[in-house]
Amino acid sequence: MYNLLEYLEQTAGRFPDKTAFEDVNGAVTYGQLMQRAKAAGTAIAAVTPPGKAVAVCMEKSVDAVTAFMAALYAGCFYCFVDPKQPAARNIAMLQPVEPAVVLYNDSGKKAAGFLEMNALDISQLVETEPDEAVLAVIRRRHIDLDPAYCSFTSGSTGTPKGVLVSHRSVIDFIDVFVPLFGISDADVLACQSPFDFDVSVKDIYSCLKTGASCFLIPKYYFVFLPNLLEMMTEKKVTTLIWAVSALCMLSERDALEFQTPPCINKILFSGEVMPPSHLLTWKRYYPQAKFVNLYGPTEITCNCTYHILPQDYSGGEIPMGLPFPNERVFLLRDDGTEVTDPGEAGEICVAGTAVALGYCGLPERTEEAFVNDPLTTLWNSRIYKTGDMARYGDDGLMYYSGRRDHQIKRHGRRVELAEIDRALHSIDGVARACTVYIKESQTLVAFLSGNEPERKVFAKTLAKLLPDYMMPDENIWQESLPLNAHGKIDRSALTKSYLEGKENG
Amino acid sequence: MKEQILDILEGIHPEIDYETEESLITDGLLDSFAIVSIINALNEEFGIEVTIGELRPENLNSVDNMVALVERLMD
Repeated sequence: MYNLLEYLEQTAGRFPDKTAFEDVNGAVTYGQLMQRAKAAGTAIAAVTPPGKAVAVCMEKSVDAVTAFMAALYAGCFYCFVDPKQPAARNIAMLQPVEPAVVLYNDSGKKAAGFLEMNALDISQLVETEPDEAVLAVIRRRHIDLDPAYCSFTSGSTGTPKGVLVSHRSVIDFIDVFVPLFGISDADVLACQSPFDFDVSVKDIYSCLKTGASCFLIPKYYFVFLPNLLEMMTEKKVTTLIWAVSALCMLSERDALEFQTPPCINKILFSGEVMPPSHLLTWKRYYPQAKFVNLYGPTEITCNCTYHILPQDYSGGEIPMGLPFPNERVFLLRDDGTEVTDPGEAGEICVAGTAVALGYCGLPERTEEAFVNDPLTTLWNSRIYKTGDMARYGDDGLMYYSGRRDHQIKRHGRRVELAEIDRALHSIDGVARACTVYIKESQTLVAFLSGNEPERKVFAKTLAKLLPDYMMPDENIWQESLPLNAHGKIDRSALTKSYLEGKENG
Repeated sequence: MKEQILDILEGIHPEIDYETEESLITDGLLDSFAIVSIINALNEEFGIEVTIGELRPENLNSVDNMVALVERLMD
């Protein structure tokens, strides 16, 4: 198998009339999905050669999945663009990726217009007559190392970077992921993850491989929990592959007491460290379900370690566990030597087919993070250095121990503090800016100096530059910001003074 | 009460014209982070507890709907 479309084609052959994906507006069967993707793929192929990026700017929807598959039929790779994100950020992140075309539906029409490129309406493209001959020529040129998608993640230079992932990496991952956790055509997945987040890759391709059905949950359901719970009951959802923060939104309010969707039997989570108390709440309602902790950044295709929790788990730190088959996950010290003894922390490094192709259009950033394995000197072995730290426990399993830089997790999203700082610096009046993350209260606090603009103007400007999950919770204006011995703004001094100020009321 | 609620809302997304908007949720003007912040602020400001059953889009779609929700919960 060389192409992700083979999942779709095989499953459409087995279950042509089974629901593949469903959103709040309607559903599509496997047969329809393949037919529409071929049609739209034919239309895309008429305007762009294979190997180019196809931007998909619309709400998470059946249309978006159709657009993804259509891009693959055209021999291109897709990059999802959230129409709700600030236009300036979307334009900046797409620039190095050079998309040939953007696909939209009604939900993304306006945002797609801002991108200033050839924009095509997916609902019209699916009316095209599929040209099997054209698609066959594209397929014959294809190799499995061709990129399938580009997924954007916060960048420390201030602009998001697009992680480019090949067909081969996704096939390699999904082919172990599905059997390991027992996903089959009998399952109904409830896709929590936004499509600009690679958690959704697991939902989409687990379904395409097995013939399971997938309900695409709109974001607002995670606030309006009755709607969410009623949907999961009605659709007989069995499988949740969710961000920790999403599971916590339910356990925090004890929402399962309000209603307990009866068919859930697999709960897989990732993105942040799962607080044991929340896991125990879930286990109370689903004592028979399989709970799995997953770890991994986008750059290694979804996840690289997993830990199936024992049935009798009753609390305590949850391990990252063991590497997936065909992935080597190991810990390196700063000097490039390997950590093997329990207790000592090292940087998590990953080798294997799952390692991404790199950051699209950003060779320098790629070279920094995707390096030659220092333990392998006789040949080239490309590894990804995650920037995450971990240690081995006495049980031989890996345990997460934090970041080595200024990246934080917020609502499951990776956020580089430098990206916030850069946005702040671009606002009129701001002379210096430095954002710190206060772990205790999980808040982002921006310290600023200069001429303070009017509050409303400031908030309005910042909202045009940053997505909501990056907005500082507090903005504190000062005469000047403290500097450290290297003449850089002293983050730790700011954090310290903030915490002291809080203590003193 | 309406003034207090408007104060809360403007602290969260000052660029929205809350006086006139009647589909804050269904038109997607407020995303989930903002909505959670609003609910927490309402709970704190008015000493109420917005229960799970009340978490329906129609209860938060406009300032007037929020006023009605808070009044109902304060009774």
